[in-house]
Amino acid sequence: MEFFRNPNIDFLGKKWYFLAFSLVFSVAGILSMLFWHGIPLGVDFRGGTLVYVKFSHAPEDNAIRAAMDRAGLHNARIQTYGPPGNNEVLIDLAEQETSEQSLDKGKTQIINALESNAPAGKQDLNNASSLTLYNYLLDKDPLHAGTDANQRYTAQAQAIVDYRDKSRGGVLGSIDELKGAADPAVVASLSDGFYVSDFGVRNVEIVGPQVGAQLRKQALLATLYSLAGMLIYLGLRFEWIYGVAAVVTVFHDTLITVGAFSLRDYPISLTVIAAILTLIGYSNNDTIVVFDRIRENIKLMRRESLSEIVNRSINQTLSRTILTAGLTFLTVLALFLFGGEVLHGFSFALVIGILIGTYSSIAIAAPILVAYQDWRIKRGARAVIPGGGGKSSGDGKGGSKPGAGSGPGRVSKASVSR
Amino acid sequence: MNKNLGWKLALIIATLLVFVYGIFGIPQSFSKDGLLSAVTKNIHLGLDLKGGTHLILQVQVNDAVNVDSDNAVERLKEDLRSKKINYGEIIKPDPANHPDEIVIKGVPPESSSDLRSIISDRLPEYDGTSGADNSWTITMKPQSLADLKNRAVEQAIETIRNRIDQLGVSEPIIQEHGLGDYQILVQLPGVDDPARVKEIMQSTAMLEIRQALGGPYPSEQVALQEHGGVLPPDAVLMRGKSTGDEGDQWYLISRASAVTGRDLRDARPSTDDTGQPAVGFNLTGEGGKKFYAFTSAHVKDQLAIVLDNRVQSVATIEEPIRDSGIIRGHFTAQEVKDQSMVLRSGALPAGIKYLEERTVGPSLGSDSIRAGVQAAAVGMIAVLVFMLVYYHGAGINADVALILNLIILLGFLGFSGATLTLPGIAGVILTVGMGVDSNVLIFERIREELRNGKTPPSAVEQGFSHAWVTIVDTHVTTIVSAFILFMFGTGPVKGFAVTLTFGLLANLFTAVFVSRVIFDWILSRKQRGEALSIG
Repeated sequence: MEFFRNPNIDFLGKKWYFLAFSLVFSVAGILSMLFWHGIPLGVDFRGGTLVYVKFSHAPEDNAIRAAMDRAGLHNARIQTYGPPGNNEVLIDLAEQETSEQSLDKGKTQIINALESNAPAGKQDLNNASSLTLYNYLLDKDPLHAGTDANQRYTAQAQAIVDYRDKSRGGVLGSIDELKGAADPAVVASLSDGFYVSDFGVRNVEIVGPQVGAQLRKQALLATLYSLAGMLIYLGLRFEWIYGVAAVVTVFHDTLITVGAFSLRDYPISLTVIAAILTLIGYSNNDTIVVFDRIRENIKLMRRESLSEIVNRSINQTLSRTILTAGLTFLTVLALFLFGGEVLHGFSFALVIGILIGTYSSIAIAAPILVAYQDWRIKRGARAVIPGGGGKSSGDGKGGSKPGAGSGPGRVSKASVSR
Repeated sequence: MNKNLGWKLALIIATLLVFVYGIFGIPQSFSKDGLLSAVTKNIHLGLDLKGGTHLILQVQVNDAVNVDSDNAVERLKEDLRSKKINYGEIIKPDPANHPDEIVIKGVPPESSSDLRSIISDRLPEYDGTSGADNSWTITMKPQSLADLKNRAVEQAIETIRNRIDQLGVSEPIIQEHGLGDYQILVQLPGVDDPARVKEIMQSTAMLEIRQALGGPYPSEQVALQEHGGVLPPDAVLMRGKSTGDEGDQWYLISRASAVTGRDLRDARPSTDDTGQPAVGFNLTGEGGKKFYAFTSAHVKDQLAIVLDNRVQSVATIEEPIRDSGIIRGHFTAQEVKDQSMVLRSGALPAGIKYLEERTVGPSLGSDSIRAGVQAAAVGMIAVLVFMLVYYHGAGINADVALILNLIILLGFLGFSGATLTLPGIAGVILTVGMGVDSNVLIFERIREELRNGKTPPSAVEQGFSHAWVTIVDTHVTTIVSAFILFMFGTGPVKGFAVTLTFGLLANLFTAVFVSRVIFDWILSRKQRGEALSIG
């Protein structure tokens, strides 16, 4: 079975279509970043408090907002998190509420506000740690345990917490649900000291302003080092113009990916940066494969023009390119569909990145090589990359217009139709 | 050729077994539970998969410097007095930003050389320069300052580790973090309620026993009034621990302490004479002597137990006490346990401030594992099936290499003790996709050579040798990317970089060596001219 038997597509000829396509997406992204959603930064980079709360019923926005207002948190952003069936909500306090004097003040305020209708003297079973349970059980001693009270109650407390977290997603509907999980006497004794609220805190992220600034700097440095590394490596392995072409390609890919996040208004977190760095690596790989083939063909095809060589190289590697992209995309798609909400930003970046990264090796990197060659030849300079049509080396000014087509009498195997 | 093949196959089987051992160790039983527990013992899960708390704290090193410079000021005063050198005043102009800076005003010029020798003899870590108006500025030498700050961080790490050890958190991570900002990273797996742990870590736990000279007063002003508006030179006003409805009480406490936390040998939960929870403490030999001397000299006076610069309790000295005592207060049983533990662990050299806090609940952790494994399974199966359909016989080759790749990758994780995080699982999935690229490169080349008329053995040879260069190129560039991610990333991102790197290294082995061996083996069993099943 084979998808591409001897393909013969004139990629370079379509370069204006490619350029238009890229421009549309780049400009849309840039406009969004400048004027619409800006670059949405995750809490890692802007600092702030995020509390992820799961409810035992469909969360009511108004009730939550009212609770936040009562706590004085008027700037809290409340959004649904994940698929609606999860009943999960993300409460986002801007960085003003997150000062290093008391880093977790915002979080405590949120939890207190949500617990506002707690019966006096009772603790929330949905947000109790196993230690709290253990201390309570030790005190109450429902099993009349003797010397091994410590172990038994530790085990009971852990069993209750495990059941709540692993089987019920962290939120119990009522104390009765614990009937199968722990000793009946233990379960019966809980109602004296605990009540069951309608929410459980799943995840908390609090990033102070100092760390936010640090992480921003680190992300920037990592990206710059990556790009620099690429430039140097490619400059050494090939010629420097190859390095430049690769960097421009990668820049294009990153721009479109970040633009996609801006259009969607989806926050860019640390893991998203990791995904972007990965797709830089992937796009680079792709570009290298094409460049390797171009270099090989330049040695073999001494009489064809550069654009013919490039076209042929792309066609020869097309099968591999599409296959690899397809297979990697399959895995990334699996991640996007099944990987859960926490990885969503990461997998989204990769989905876009793989598609654009593959496209750009063909549509951006290769034409840059040829365009540069043409530009140099037009300016009368010597052909830097061999294969420049009529031998223009040394002759310089006013030479025949080479590079674009084949000279008379030359039968290119890759005869392309314009 | 066949002999070599035998060795090569044996090498591959051996590798397989070694890395399977890395994943499972030697499992107790071969049941599903036995295998699962063997895996979880060998492969460490990150906080985002296990649930737990991640904290970044900053040691307020200026506190430690202030303590040192305060001591320096006291020594200076003593020496200036004993050498009968006059001076105007000694102040620290900016304790917040320049905690090591001391200024002496009004030093007569004839005392300059005496002062200089005092500084070089008694304050060796400091340098003094004379300034205008007979004033001298004394600052710490830069190296000494840096050393002091770094020592404060090291000590803080030790103290925090002591406290967390006593809490019984399994496999905590406490280490210096970042570059030069005096930050400490603390990771506590399984701790889903960080409030108590944070309090325990943050408590400075400075215990002192001083003489109580007066009080309780309802406010600072009343206290001042009782002493004619001026405090005695060797006393300070200190707040007492408020007991809720009584409001704050103020006490007049001596500046010097009879006994400090350094003299503490042990602290443990106990009860006071009314049966309420209290903290009982024992002093060391040295401390006991000091305490005995102090209490003997002050029978019928009052002593105050000061904890973290707050008066904890005041008691009358009935008779000389040798080396043990009780700290009474309105404690709960849990508070008494925590306080004893904190006292035992020693005092923090400086305050700590929290910069970052992340808590992953265990419910999210197990959901993440489920989602990650699901995605990995789906992705893997999709790729395996595709390779079979597209490359037929050679697809089996690729699939075997892929599965071996996964085993080696997980085995690497088991051996190296590296942590598997959620992005790490994503890294595994990505490795599958990118790893199979090597096979695609080779197979496509082989197909091309076959199309150009080469024989199967020759085509295989050509395929591998041509693709080798590109494979190395792509793997090296991605590993360099992963390396940069590892340097600049935090926990979860580091995990991703690690699995990506391991996966690519494993891939170099499987895609090139293992695939080649399998091809050679298949070719050795074919007749001359028989076609190669490569789709």
